[in-house]
Order: sequence, then C-alpha cells, then structure tokens
Amino acid sequence: MQIIQPSSNSYEQIQEALILAEPGDVIRLTAGTFHLEDSLSLDVDGVQIEGEGMNQTILDFQNQQSGAQGLSVTSDNVTLQDFSVQNAKGDAIKVKGVRNIKFLRVKTEWTNGPSPKNGAYGLYPVESTNVLIDGCVAIGASDAGIYVGQSKYIIVRNSRAEFNVAGIEIENSYFADVHDNLATNNTGGILVFDLPSLPQQGGHHVRVFNNRSVGNNTDNFAPEGNIVGEVPRGTGVIIQANSDVEIFNNEIGENDTVNIAVVTYGNDTDDEAYYPHPKSIQIHGNTFGPTGYNPDTSKGELAQILYELSGGNMPDIFWDGLVPISQLIFGQPENERMVISNNGDGTLLAIKPIGYMLPLFEPAILDINEFEGIIKPLAPVEFDEIF
Amino acid sequence: MKSSKKASLLFFVLLLFGTQVQSSVNAGLLKSSTVPQNLSEFGFFQNMQKQIPAQDVHPYSLVSPLFSDYTDKLRFVYVPDNQKLGYIKDKVFIFPVGSTLIKTFAYLNTNGPMDQQLLETRLLINTDLGWKAVSYVWNEDQTDAKRTIAGATIPTTFINSYGEIIDIRYRAPNQNQCKECHQVNKVMTPIGPKVRNMDKTLQYESQEMNQLLYWAAQGWIDSKLQAESMHGYLDVNAPLEDRARAYLDINCGHCHLRGGSADTTGLYLNLTEKKKEHLGIFKKPVAAGRASGNLKYSIVPGKPDDSILIYRMKSLDPGIMMPESGRALADQAGIDLIANWIEQL
Repeated sequence: MQIIQPSSNSYEQIQEALILAEPGDVIRLTAGTFHLEDSLSLDVDGVQIEGEGMNQTILDFQNQQSGAQGLSVTSDNVTLQDFSVQNAKGDAIKVKGVRNIKFLRVKTEWTNGPSPKNGAYGLYPVESTNVLIDGCVAIGASDAGIYVGQSKYIIVRNSRAEFNVAGIEIENSYFADVHDNLATNNTGGILVFDLPSLPQQGGHHVRVFNNRSVGNNTDNFAPEGNIVGEVPRGTGVIIQANSDVEIFNNEIGENDTVNIAVVTYGNDTDDEAYYPHPKSIQIHGNTFGPTGYNPDTSKGELAQILYELSGGNMPDIFWDGLVPISQLIFGQPENERMVISNNGDGTLLAIKPIGYMLPLFEPAILDINEFEGIIKPLAPVEFDEIF
Repeated sequence: MKSSKKASLLFFVLLLFGTQVQSSVNAGLLKSSTVPQNLSEFGFFQNMQKQIPAQDVHPYSLVSPLFSDYTDKLRFVYVPDNQKLGYIKDKVFIFPVGSTLIKTFAYLNTNGPMDQQLLETRLLINTDLGWKAVSYVWNEDQTDAKRTIAGATIPTTFINSYGEIIDIRYRAPNQNQCKECHQVNKVMTPIGPKVRNMDKTLQYESQEMNQLLYWAAQGWIDSKLQAESMHGYLDVNAPLEDRARAYLDINCGHCHLRGGSADTTGLYLNLTEKKKEHLGIFKKPVAAGRASGNLKYSIVPGKPDDSILIYRMKSLDPGIMMPESGRALADQAGIDLIANWIEQL
C-alpha cells in the first residue's frame, strides 16, 4: 500500500502514484485536505483509491487551474472509497468506459450551496458496466448529484443526494436498481431519463424502490440548455422516455409540484431510432406525502398544464399521456400500458391528448383505478460485487 | 611530447566515436521496456538545444496542426532502418515497431527580443505492445529534458505574432492526458501523420520537397497514395466550410469521434461526420453543465454568439473550456474561423 499525506506537492505525488500503480495496488490518502490545482486521473486496472473517511480525507479543487474533472477514471475493476471531492471546476468524479467500478462512502460536494457556477455532476460513471454506488453523498451539483449514464448493470443504494438540480439520475441506461437512498432538497429527487442521438439509448429495466424522495424544493439552478434545466422545483420522481420502469415502496412527498411525473421527451431530434415515449411503467406500493401545494410554473410546461387541468387540485402522479399516433387511435398494447396499483390514497392526472386538443371532450383521466393492473416485477439487478 | 600526442589522438578518436553515437538513434533503447530519465539518451538530436536532428531522424510538419497555446512545434520522425509504413486510406500511417514520433513544444519568440524557450518534448514510441507516450520537460539551461510522469507546470512568458508579451501557466500534460486524445477504443494511436495532413512541401536540410515524396524517397511509402484531400485550415484561399471542418477535425475530432473519449456527448466533429445533429447543429448539450453558458445548442446556424461551441472555445475556465486539456489560452484565429463558418451556415 502506498500512503500519501497532504503536502505542498500533493498533485504530483498523487498523480504519479496513479500512473505508476500496478493492478492490485491500494493508494491511501490520509486524513487532511489535499489542495489540487490540476485534475487527477487513473488509467490502471484493479487499483483502489481510499481515504480515511469522507469527512476526513478531502480532495479540494477550489483553486483548480486545469482539467475538466476533479478525478477521472478510465480503467476496470477500480474501487474508490472513503474520501470526498470538493469544489471541482467541472465534474467531481467521472468514470468512463470501464467494467466494474465501486464508489463506497465517497462524497462529492460544492460547498457554497446550490449555484449555477457549480460543476455539473458529482458521481459520474458513464459508458460503464457493473457500477456500484453505495453509502455515498452528493451535494450541490448544478446538474445531477449521482448520475449514471449510458451504462449497464447499476446499483445505487444507501446514498444521499441533496441540494443538486437532479438528486439521482439514471440516463440512457439498462438494468439499474436504485434503492434505499435519500433524495432531498434537490430540484427533482430521482430521474430516469433517455435522450436521443447518443451512442447508447433506449433506457430500460430500472427499478426505483425503498427510497425517500422528499422535500425536493430547491429552485432549479441549472444553467439553461441542460435538459435538467427543464425540471420544475418540487418534483419527486420523473420518468422520461424509458421502458420497463418499476417505482415501488418509496416514500415520496413534501414536493412542491408533483410526486411522480411520467413524460415524453419534448424536444426536436432528427434521430429516427429514438423512441421518445415512456412505456411499460409500473408504480405500486408507494407512500405519498403532500404535493402540488406550491407548483413551479417557471420551468417548462409541466406544472402549468397540471395546474390548469387539475383546477389547482394537484395529483401525486402525472402522466402526459403521449403515445405514438396509432396508439392514440387504437390504444396501447397491453404490455406497454402503465400500471398503477396499491399506492394508498394517491391521486393521478393523465392527459388524454385527443380530448385535450378538442373542445367538449374530457382532457384528462383523474381516476387512478383506470390504471389498476397486475404488477409484473422486474428482475433484481445483480452482478459480482467482489472484484 | 610523444605521450601528449597520443593523448590528443585518443581524444580525437573519442570525439569522433562520441559524435557518431550522438548522431544516431539508440534503437535498442526504443525496444527496451525501460524509459530513460533524460531525452538525450535516445540520441534523437545532434544538437539538443538547437533541435538539429540525428541523421536518421527526419523533420515533418502538418497541413493542419492542433492549437497548443501558440507554441511552435518541432516535429520529427524516426523509422528503423529499411522498414516500410503501412497505409489504409484516410487513416494514420501504420508505423513499424521501434518508430518514434518526436514533438518539441517551444516558444521560438522569433517576433521579439526574447530568447527561444524549449518547453517539453513528447514522444510516441511504437512498441510490441502498441504506442507508448513518454514526455520530457526541458531544464532551465535548455541543455536536456527530464522525464515527467505527472506532467509539469511551467509558468512563463512568450511573444505572440503581434509582438505582445503574453503570460502563461503552461501545462505539460501527464501520461494519462496523452491518452485522452491519443486513445480511440482504448488503443493508443498517433493523430497527425495521415496522408491528407502530410501532403505539403517542407524545407529539408538539402532541398525543398513534398513530404510524401520525401517519405517515398526514404523507402517508407509508395509515391502514389489515394487519400481524401483536405484543405488546411490555415489556407486562406480554401473554402470556408473546408477550413472550418479541417480545424474542427484536428482540434476536436480526436475526442469528438465515435469511440473517442468524448463520444458520450453524441457530438462528433471529425471530418467524415455527415449528420447535422451530431455535428452540433441544433444539438442540445448532454452533460455540459455550466459549460452550456446558458445557451441551448452546440451550434445555432447564423448565430455564433448563441452557439455553445464558440462559448467553450473562448473560455479559459477549466470547467468550461474546450479542448479540456492542452491549452491555457484561447485560439483567437480559430474562434474567428469557426464563428465565420457558423455565421454563414
């Protein structure tokens, strides 16, 4: 094991250790604050970087001069644990294109509170396979605190995301379990998104369960242009353009605008392979707290439409009702229908697009029982966590 | 008398022998797995300070070079004796094992009273295991360069083409940063030496000659190679579209490329990309964060100031600037070129 203490030469010491490391090596960063002016990177397989506690070992990038991340990892079988990355100029920890990555008790934070000047992502694995995020904390990201993009086999658990625009976001990903997390004080708590024109799209098979997504009422502070900039303050969970998503046994409440929103991707794209609508969504066994009492109509159309259609009587669950035109006419295939079941006294509003556009027709469904059905549980996500 | 004569003869022989060692490349060192601490040990140069190459090391230059903080780049190539280069259309030449690309970054300061300053020399050595990146930072006396692993920060000043003195925190990249640009699908590769980027005249020691013909004369390549031709972005007589695409290709397209390190964004700026959205036209950012600069699209035709691409080319903030490494200053000529192109889209 190589042990590195904070010094006036911290960057060279850590970066040299990361480059000269060999598979199986452990690099220990002792308690204390490491002041770093340039971004760190690891490209050796099988290395563990560990601190002496997320509140003890601090990698501080307050005076960062170069590099777009705090720490970047591009090698397989890497474990990051027990340290924190603070005030990175761009993303805090980016992990790209790897197989097997563990974040254990890692914290990423921008310490001056929510600000559009903060970096985009806290924990940011992308294009990776077998991603485990456990016991982590992400605070203050101007996009998503915990963001997993274009990846496969993902577990995010026992973590806390606070004061980010999006607390936890799973984007363009396959096979993800998000459970036993706390998302609070974000703009939106937990997001399951799919975007067009990317190498991996068609996000599916995402289970969000046993989480608390409560009190996500921080004003949206994302710089414009970013997709999360459209998220209204006070949103518990958003599912956008994914298929096979199961949201169950969560506690979702005290969100100003809506507890769960299921929506279509709303921007133009010339990507013909992209499917913009959510399908095969199951929502069951959730406990809802108050919501909709202070909707944020400043971002996008969601809250505004919802407010108008509900006459101010805002629901727990919102679906924009958009499906391909053929399905508007002939109905959705049975296996693509949304199923909503056993959510206590939870309420719903689903737009009926044809009715919404024509006078004299009902613009929306308000009876949650219309979505009653048999839950077909998705398989748990499992991979070998020992590596 | 006699003994001193002997001594001077010995001295002469040593000198001769010494010069010979100095002027040819230590090919054995290129094949071994050890990396020397000093650049001089490779024997790439007859004169290190003046950057005069050894006999078997040849200078080259690119049609469209990458912007690197206004540095002058002195490029050299070494190919082991009697070996040939492989060729696939539109790709980088396939160099035989043992070949080395040598690139010295310097401020020559030809435009003012300051001395020239050699900053760093980067090597790409082709080994049995593929290309290996090694870099050396020049000492203050400019007599030799020492190996660096974690890169180096060199605060310095230089004189730009307008004769102005510019301060810079020059950053020599670390080994991993070399990979950021030089790695495609996890395989290290050179970027510059493609046929289309080599097809130009160069002043060699003996004569002026087209580089491809010179390489053919060395027996490295055939004299007639098929390739997509490319205008250099520096060629003011070339069509704007071609210049802009050439600039984006060499400055951005090594990462913004399918399989490249920025492919997660879906923004592809390599020369062969045809799809408008992937080129950035009305493309929303994916993971830009504050680097969007509150703008909605990478490129808004007709509106360079509304285009994230221009915003990020102008920025000096590490969380915003593009490219994200390899520069501390903005390339004003490049910004103007791309802005003009967006203007007329």
